[in-house]
Amino acid sequence: MKGASKHVIVAGGGVAGMEAAGSLAEMGYRVTLIEKGQDPGGHLLQWHALFPDRRPAEEVRGYLRKRLNHENISVITSTVVEKIRHHGHDVIVNLSGGTEERADAVIVATGFDLFDAHRKEEYGYGIYDNVITAAELEEMFSMGKVAKADGTLPSRVGFVHCVGSRDEKVSNNHCSKVCCVTAVKQAIEVRKMLPACEVFCFYMDMRMYGPYYEELYRESQEVHNINYIRGKVSEASVNISNRLVIKVEDTLAGRPLKMEVDLMVLMVGMEMSKQGAGLAVASGLETGVNRFLETGDHHYGNNVSRMKGVFYAGTCTAPMNITDTISHARAAVTETVRYLNGR
Amino acid sequence: MSVRQANRFGFGINQSRQINYDTSDRKVRDYVTLREPSFRLCFACGGCSATCTAGEHISFNLRRMITLIRRGEIDLLRDEVTRCMLCGKCMLVCPRGVNTRNVVAMTAEAIRKLDRNEL
Repeated sequence: MKGASKHVIVAGGGVAGMEAAGSLAEMGYRVTLIEKGQDPGGHLLQWHALFPDRRPAEEVRGYLRKRLNHENISVITSTVVEKIRHHGHDVIVNLSGGTEERADAVIVATGFDLFDAHRKEEYGYGIYDNVITAAELEEMFSMGKVAKADGTLPSRVGFVHCVGSRDEKVSNNHCSKVCCVTAVKQAIEVRKMLPACEVFCFYMDMRMYGPYYEELYRESQEVHNINYIRGKVSEASVNISNRLVIKVEDTLAGRPLKMEVDLMVLMVGMEMSKQGAGLAVASGLETGVNRFLETGDHHYGNNVSRMKGVFYAGTCTAPMNITDTISHARAAVTETVRYLNGR
Repeated sequence: MSVRQANRFGFGINQSRQINYDTSDRKVRDYVTLREPSFRLCFACGGCSATCTAGEHISFNLRRMITLIRRGEIDLLRDEVTRCMLCGKCMLVCPRGVNTRNVVAMTAEAIRKLDRNEL
């Protein structure tokens, strides 16, 4: 095959990295996938079901695993790409542990980190037992039980949108895009598991940007009776009966509102991954004001870095959902192949 | 027939509730924006009014006031703006980094000037 002798390193084994590696291998390129964890899969490993159709995350995991199962791909786990540099016709990467690998091109797919909810201290994450993140709720779904820290069932759950997103106080002005629809999805799932439980979403704007997102929002009202309150939660505390008290303005009613809840779910957003940020600094790759990797052109060069032979795939460039991540990874492969053919 | 006569017959003639954007006066907005440019950044999340101690007890709502200033509806906030105690808790909450305390101070100043025909 034409590309068989050419070698591409994919840095990061999440959704973008797995898809990119699979596409390249299918086209005859030799691929080395470098994954920092014990297994490829990325954040998807923690997810139980996906929006907007609530399909099991396992279906997409299965698809990606199959993609990696190709003779042209070798996977190196528990390893991090620390530095990338261009040398002659080659791209050289430094791996953790002190080894070096040579490649003809590199696709960076280092992904995102979830916002560390401790940084919004006023929401009490890590202080109050029943303040959890969306990822932790997803784990509860996987275990088949949504419960308070003491094991009892909640009778009211509140979802707080935009935790660590659209918030200058934590240096994140960007919108993480996927949290709104994740909250709607999880709100529905809570109601299905616990039909007696009331569910409230506290939002600033409902950003239902993808296909069938708005429909899911509508379904959440029509079928599942989810309540929406427009206001940014300013703080949470615990009262004498050990229930969480949320403080918010109901901006549509124009009055401050307080509400007791049993469980408060923080919709933590996406940030540039620490590992990706380290790689960018070490390699001299440009980052934007939002700290994600800056692409060559926002419209027509969104997979291209400013280093020859280095391409970007997925959420290392900006928050995106799984559908867009897979498309972005395929586009990165197209750019990579175009580069390798023209070299 | 005068309004009073009409009311005597059980008819009310109400003033329009519409915000008439073409006749309302946005001098206060311009005054505040010039002196506190972060005023532009408010996206009406209500974080300030959620945390506001005054607003829990009396009618004081900075989020609504900012919208009214932007629309030029000054009459509605003439009294309200004086109720702020300038504690600044809202500044700690604001996700857009609006200098809310100065917005209140500049609004009060602008209204004082407006009432003295100095704006």
